[in-house]
Amino acid sequence: MSERKPILGGSPIRKEGRAKVLGAAKYIDDQELPDMWFGATVRSSIARGTIRSITFSPEINWEEFAIVRASDIPGENTIVHLTKDHPCLAANEVNHPEEPILLLAHPDKTALIAAVRGVKIEYDELPGVFTIEESETAVENNDVERIIWPGSDQGGTANCFKTYLMYSGDAKETEDGLATAFENADFIVEGEYHTGAQEQLYIENNGVIAECFRDATGGIESLCVRGSMQCPYYLVHALTLVFNLPEDKCRVIQVETGGAFGGKEDFPSLIGSHAALLAMKCGHPVKITYDRAEDMAATTKRHPSRTRHRTAVSKDGKLLGGTIDVAIDGGAYATLSPVVLSRATIHAPGPYKWPHVRVKAKAMATNIPPHGAFRGFGAPQSLFGLERHMDKIAKTIGLTPEEFRRRNFLATGDCTATGQPLVEPVDMQGLLTRALREAGYHEKLARFAEENKTSSIKRGVGFASFMHGTGFTGSGERRLNSLVYLDVREDGRPEILVSSTEFGQGTNTILSQVAAQTLNLPYESIVVSPVDTSIVPNSGPTVASRTAMIVGKLVERASLQMLTLLRNEEKLPEAHTPEEFKAAALAYRAKHGSLRCSVRYEPPAKIYWDDELYRGDAYPGYAWAVYVAEVAVDMNTYMATCTRFDALQEVGMVMHPVLAKGQIEGGVAQGIGYALYEKCMWKDGRMMNNQMTNYIMPTSADLPPIHVHFEEVPSIHGPGGAKGIGELPMDGPAPAILNAIENATGVAFNTIPLLPEDIFERFTSFTDPELGGTEDMDPAVDRDTRVESAEVSA
Amino acid sequence: MRSDVSQFDLTAPPSLDAVLATLAKEPGKHTLLAGGTELMVALGTGRLNQHSLLSIQHLRELRFIGVDDSAIHIGSGTTFTDIRRSKAITADLPLMAQSASWTGSVANQNRGTLGGNICNASPAADTPPVLLAYGATLTLVSASGTRTVPYAEFHLGYKKTALRPDELLHTINVPRTFAGYRQYIRKVGTRNAQAISKIALAAVAKLDGDRIADIRLGAASLANRPARCSAAEAALLNQRLDAANIDATVRAARAGLASEAKPIDDIRSTAKYRAAVAGNLLEEFIRSLVV
Repeated sequence: MSERKPILGGSPIRKEGRAKVLGAAKYIDDQELPDMWFGATVRSSIARGTIRSITFSPEINWEEFAIVRASDIPGENTIVHLTKDHPCLAANEVNHPEEPILLLAHPDKTALIAAVRGVKIEYDELPGVFTIEESETAVENNDVERIIWPGSDQGGTANCFKTYLMYSGDAKETEDGLATAFENADFIVEGEYHTGAQEQLYIENNGVIAECFRDATGGIESLCVRGSMQCPYYLVHALTLVFNLPEDKCRVIQVETGGAFGGKEDFPSLIGSHAALLAMKCGHPVKITYDRAEDMAATTKRHPSRTRHRTAVSKDGKLLGGTIDVAIDGGAYATLSPVVLSRATIHAPGPYKWPHVRVKAKAMATNIPPHGAFRGFGAPQSLFGLERHMDKIAKTIGLTPEEFRRRNFLATGDCTATGQPLVEPVDMQGLLTRALREAGYHEKLARFAEENKTSSIKRGVGFASFMHGTGFTGSGERRLNSLVYLDVREDGRPEILVSSTEFGQGTNTILSQVAAQTLNLPYESIVVSPVDTSIVPNSGPTVASRTAMIVGKLVERASLQMLTLLRNEEKLPEAHTPEEFKAAALAYRAKHGSLRCSVRYEPPAKIYWDDELYRGDAYPGYAWAVYVAEVAVDMNTYMATCTRFDALQEVGMVMHPVLAKGQIEGGVAQGIGYALYEKCMWKDGRMMNNQMTNYIMPTSADLPPIHVHFEEVPSIHGPGGAKGIGELPMDGPAPAILNAIENATGVAFNTIPLLPEDIFERFTSFTDPELGGTEDMDPAVDRDTRVESAEVSA
Repeated sequence: MRSDVSQFDLTAPPSLDAVLATLAKEPGKHTLLAGGTELMVALGTGRLNQHSLLSIQHLRELRFIGVDDSAIHIGSGTTFTDIRRSKAITADLPLMAQSASWTGSVANQNRGTLGGNICNASPAADTPPVLLAYGATLTLVSASGTRTVPYAEFHLGYKKTALRPDELLHTINVPRTFAGYRQYIRKVGTRNAQAISKIALAAVAKLDGDRIADIRLGAASLANRPARCSAAEAALLNQRLDAANIDATVRAARAGLASEAKPIDDIRSTAKYRAAVAGNLLEEFIRSLVV
């Protein structure tokens, strides 16, 4: 056997890269089915109220259209996630702007434009709540008019989808410890930190094509929905309820997907159900694709948040105890908010040793379209608060941000705030040393301080230290019970069958690398099955940075199982050639008709999690990182620009250096947008800047050189020692950048996005920093892109 | 696409004369379509109210850059890319080339025209501040004749111009008299590319020793139309830049600008920010004049 280069750790070309580069990849809007119709959604024009009447314009021949109302739904009118509060179509009441009320389909897509406008809906409006604070106030005052969400049997109460209370130890002992800590503290430092909503802005908008098949008696026999999505089995589950069908009658096919970032985790359950209802009604396949304006206005975004810290610190810079209160804005329905909140809660104490810490968290209801999954999933919110607060504490007690963190970092053998012992090596001290060196931090700190004295451009450096848990929280992976198949096809090529989807991040490529490496076969010989729920098993959703570590490990185990099988049954030699493998596999197939190895998730025996106490091993593994930002603040324009970024992380062994670097660069770019550019402009719950001209995502001209560095420490959890990587880079940029801005200007900013108007307000007025600045912007006025009628003037 | 294209008429007359004849016959009925970078966006979003479009994009006779001793004459159908590539413009009117370079995307620049940018009349447009600072004139044509107006008198109000319904903007004439001038332009957009101005300032000044002998200022997003900053100009004319006077000069200029600035709060910025940053840009320019 010839020695081959290791495949894991190399950078083979992407499995689907060629088709994408050549334009041959077929996204959903490239596809059509015979006799296909097109669907459109009639949405609420108000934030909250009851529907008084729906009338249809007499100018339109409605006979030509298929029309679906809530009453047409054959099963339950719900889009199921964790509770059933979210209707598939609003029946009597609406709870957010752009809520779907009616569905229309027509053979001619153009006819839908006038038809959507031809449906007139009248409402009896009810008062809405649009911020965390308004939602809380309604509860505090028992203002029944503004109780917009009643509670649930899943732990929700009025206006509050979910709460968590997490202690670093026994509840009573921790409370006592906190009381003592605050009593004995040399310093007590308090702070409040806010983050805004953020649009995923995947390149391809949401879209699906649905078919509905009837049996001989005209009953609904089965459904098939194909589309752009992350989690096909989520949509299967949604369809079983909406149509009251068993799982095997609800087939879902993921087609080539142009980006997702979490925005196609929960949302396809809604658009997929809608298209299926229209297909049921009109008897044709129905395609629904949103345009950018509809996608931005009506689909999920990152949860806005508020984090409050109160921390007891000794004069030698040791954390003695802390309380952390996290609140997120969930929008109008619960959707995934409880799980987003869970990740925010567990990440809130960060990579530090807390003798005593209490985290209280809640997800509040508002009359805004439901917020949903977005890369980082709660962690970027609470880590922003934490890492800004760490700089504040350092400043208060007179230590450098570096030294203060060094005195409190978690290390190998320590326990996290949930009581999880860090068995695998953790070296935050080493990461910090290297990150600061790579960034030239100390030299710049000194040089900028000197240059800033005379320059109208103030420069600064700052950093954030953080971690991101890989895989589902707590007992989540055990509940998912993921299943993976590895087949050998008729042509002798191994085929991976998983529901884990490729949406630009590299799933197909890394799983093929794992199989090729483990089977000792060329990368090119591995095939990845199309993701069709009639073929692939449920390997869980493609979320939570779990694909590489959790699903990758299953593929590795399936590959090992296949080798064992072929060695035992077909005498495959220990050091086999590809030809010997093929011969053995085909011989096995000839005898048994097929060759399939199937493996299920098995929790490492030591993983323990208590959902009631919120204690135990929160995640199988963590990625650790220190990110350093360099900024320039122009005092003529009050614009802050990130001028260099260094991202150092320990993510286990790097599976594919090119893809891994791409993940980090992309996440950092998204984090820079989160920090300095991307502001959702709301008016009464409606996003007003739902176009890329006015929703300001940074361009390449706004982004700095991003230097990506890895420390490689093998993990026992992932294939070839890998850990998860996808979400991590979203967590660090925002706090690192705002820390750098404080270093540059001496002013602490604690709210993102931080726009020039906000910086201007702080430097030029003496008003409450929470007022003015971007709060004064008027999203209803736009004299360039949304032209107002011309003024009559001389 | 939120418009039904079957509800729109698009005509492409064979010549400029044919366009003018149509405009004369049915004044106000038709909307001229040049590069389409504004109108097609409005069509896509379902906000295009004009249903009869007259395309002039193919008319070569409107796409030219002519140079004579006193001026550069730019056809209204000249694209931003044409402007960026013109050696004459880059040499004589550097602010023009600079502003064209940051309009929209490269694709926008390949289609979008100078005439369209002017007639669309957005208060945030990129080239108008430059044309105001350079003291451009516009040649307007119709079936009944030709007239020339100073560009500073072209914008009458929000999206309201001096163009008659039967007229077409033919040529933008920019004097070639700025060789001895100090020139400045800065756009403060929502980001560094593909951005609409929150505020922009174009400025030219001629110095006589440390005295400002001539000064012209044009601004975007400072009012409901592209605006020449006459009060600030008046405050600066004949002022001195020497160490003893520079601070007073700056103060007078900022006060002048503040007196004429009428910015608004909108989806991109705030009135307060716009007014303050406009003043900062003006101050940056004035202080840059001190050598």
